[in-house]
Amino acid sequence: MSIITTKDLFKIYNAGSEIEVRALNGVDLNIKEGEFTAIVGPSGSGKTTLLNIIGGLDQPTSGSVIINETEITNLNANQLIDFRLHNIGFVFQAYNLIPVLTALENVEFIMMMQGEPQDLRQKRAKELLKAVGLERETNKRPNKMSGGQQQRVAVARALASKPKFVLADEPTANLDSKSTAQLLDIMANLNKEEGTTFIFSTHDQRVIDRARRVITLDDGKIIADE
Amino acid sequence: MIQIIKIAWRNIWRNKLRSFVVIFSIVLGIWAGLFIMALTLGLNEQRMNGAINTYLSHIQIHNPDYINDPNIKSYISQPEQTLAALRQNKNIKAFSERTIVMGMVSSSKGAYGVRLMGINPEQEKQVSDIHTLLTSGTYFTKFKRNPAVIGQKLADKLGAKVRSKIVISFQDLNNDIISAAFRVEGIYKSSSSRYDEYNIFIKRDDLNRLGHLNGKIHEIAAICPSINQVDEVVKSLQVAIPDSKVQGWDEVAPELGYAQEMMSSVIYIFMGIILFALAFGIVNTMLMAILERRRELGMLMSVGMNKIKLFSMIVFETIFLSSIAVPVGMLLSYLFIQYFAHKGIDLSVAAKGLESLGISAIIYPYMPGHYYFSITLMTVLVAFLSSLVPAKKALNLNPAEAVRSI
Repeated sequence: MSIITTKDLFKIYNAGSEIEVRALNGVDLNIKEGEFTAIVGPSGSGKTTLLNIIGGLDQPTSGSVIINETEITNLNANQLIDFRLHNIGFVFQAYNLIPVLTALENVEFIMMMQGEPQDLRQKRAKELLKAVGLERETNKRPNKMSGGQQQRVAVARALASKPKFVLADEPTANLDSKSTAQLLDIMANLNKEEGTTFIFSTHDQRVIDRARRVITLDDGKIIADE
Repeated sequence: MIQIIKIAWRNIWRNKLRSFVVIFSIVLGIWAGLFIMALTLGLNEQRMNGAINTYLSHIQIHNPDYINDPNIKSYISQPEQTLAALRQNKNIKAFSERTIVMGMVSSSKGAYGVRLMGINPEQEKQVSDIHTLLTSGTYFTKFKRNPAVIGQKLADKLGAKVRSKIVISFQDLNNDIISAAFRVEGIYKSSSSRYDEYNIFIKRDDLNRLGHLNGKIHEIAAICPSINQVDEVVKSLQVAIPDSKVQGWDEVAPELGYAQEMMSSVIYIFMGIILFALAFGIVNTMLMAILERRRELGMLMSVGMNKIKLFSMIVFETIFLSSIAVPVGMLLSYLFIQYFAHKGIDLSVAAKGLESLGISAIIYPYMPGHYYFSITLMTVLVAFLSSLVPAKKALNLNPAEAVRSI
């Protein structure tokens, strides 16, 4: 069953001007529940733009994005915020944890915004931190953790809201080989055991090698889907 | 919302130096504002109290004609009725009858126009503090014949000292010129050098005798238990003695009353200007904090933090900073003002100028409690308003761009 469908997606920056940039040039895409997909391509190929539009962070110039039967391109800004909160998990290249919160509080944060009761969110946050191998780091703040550990907290945070899928933008770009391997193991396990859908944008061959589907973009078009 | 408040609180301690700079600037702004206000209020209060205690009293009663033309013939027409009304009024603490004549005083050094205040010394002590302001001599206790108490400035101009002889001339009721020798018994120095230069106190009996005034009263000065009762007493006395003009201190010297009213408004305008400047500091610092945290704010918006929560977080950060700074600033100001309220600030270097305005050279800052309360409210309000600009800036961030910013 398709969880994400994009239809004839265009994103044109500075439309009509001399410096017009066609970041997406008619992208049609279907991603099914439980997929472990990597979106690859050279810099400027439109990976991040596609991820931003699928994640409701940006609007296409034309075309539509349908997530679980909801056409998110028709939602207003406030509806999109609420939609992201309840449906999409994000993992960013630079981890982007809240520096003043501990690992546990960072994971809890999304559930807190969803209005989950404290006991429930603490229980789930601890389970998730255990799942990413950080059960001993729950009370550490991000500045006391390595990059790999921070990114694992970010994965736990992304999963905390029980999203329909997780969008990860270059999640291993700042990690060393060991941390990258650990992170990929964790995400692959979560995908396999809990059926979580992961979509990555990446340059990293180690990520590409672990992906079960690889979509290649170039000049805003899908040129390969394997 | 508790979590948002918690994050906001922790956020302000991320950059301790910046937070302390904001706190320090608010503390400094409040302290400077309040202290200057206290100084201004103290100055005005001293000027007003000095005038009331020395020469205005709370209430003055005259012949209505005397107000526009202080003529020797404009005496109170029904003195017995007036004095009876004063004695019967429970809110009159003390009063003094004055016989006042314009005249001339001369010594070997020169002659000057003066106002002769014929007083009963014991009565006058109840309504005026001149007897406590003597720099030399005594207050009508030593010399039996024609003693005079003159101001320091006049004494300087006349070259007179205690025991010096001066000649006083004036026109009596029959328009005859009267001249008499008086001996300086005491020299006073009030907070107003202009008053000291112009007013000579002599015994009322002497003035009556010399000017054939037969106990005429030109002015009655009265004191109430509290300055707040003045308006009420003026009204009741005016009803009781309709032939005389009864005036409160603020009507006799309207410039003092206006100064008092004006000061209240000026204080708020002054503080408003300080807070306005402070607001720019807060806006600037908080905008810096927003720009530094663009990526984090972008992440918060990306993962689903709604605009109300984001806005609240920024506002709370600013309010927390001011919540720390305001009590510290208030306490510091309070301690500072209290210290100098007892010790006084010596402005002797500008004594001449101040005394010509009726202000003592030592200023005692004064700040009524309600000003602390209203300034606190103003500061918190300004901090809140200042937080709206950076909060709005945060809301305008594009999460997709902000999250990837460096």
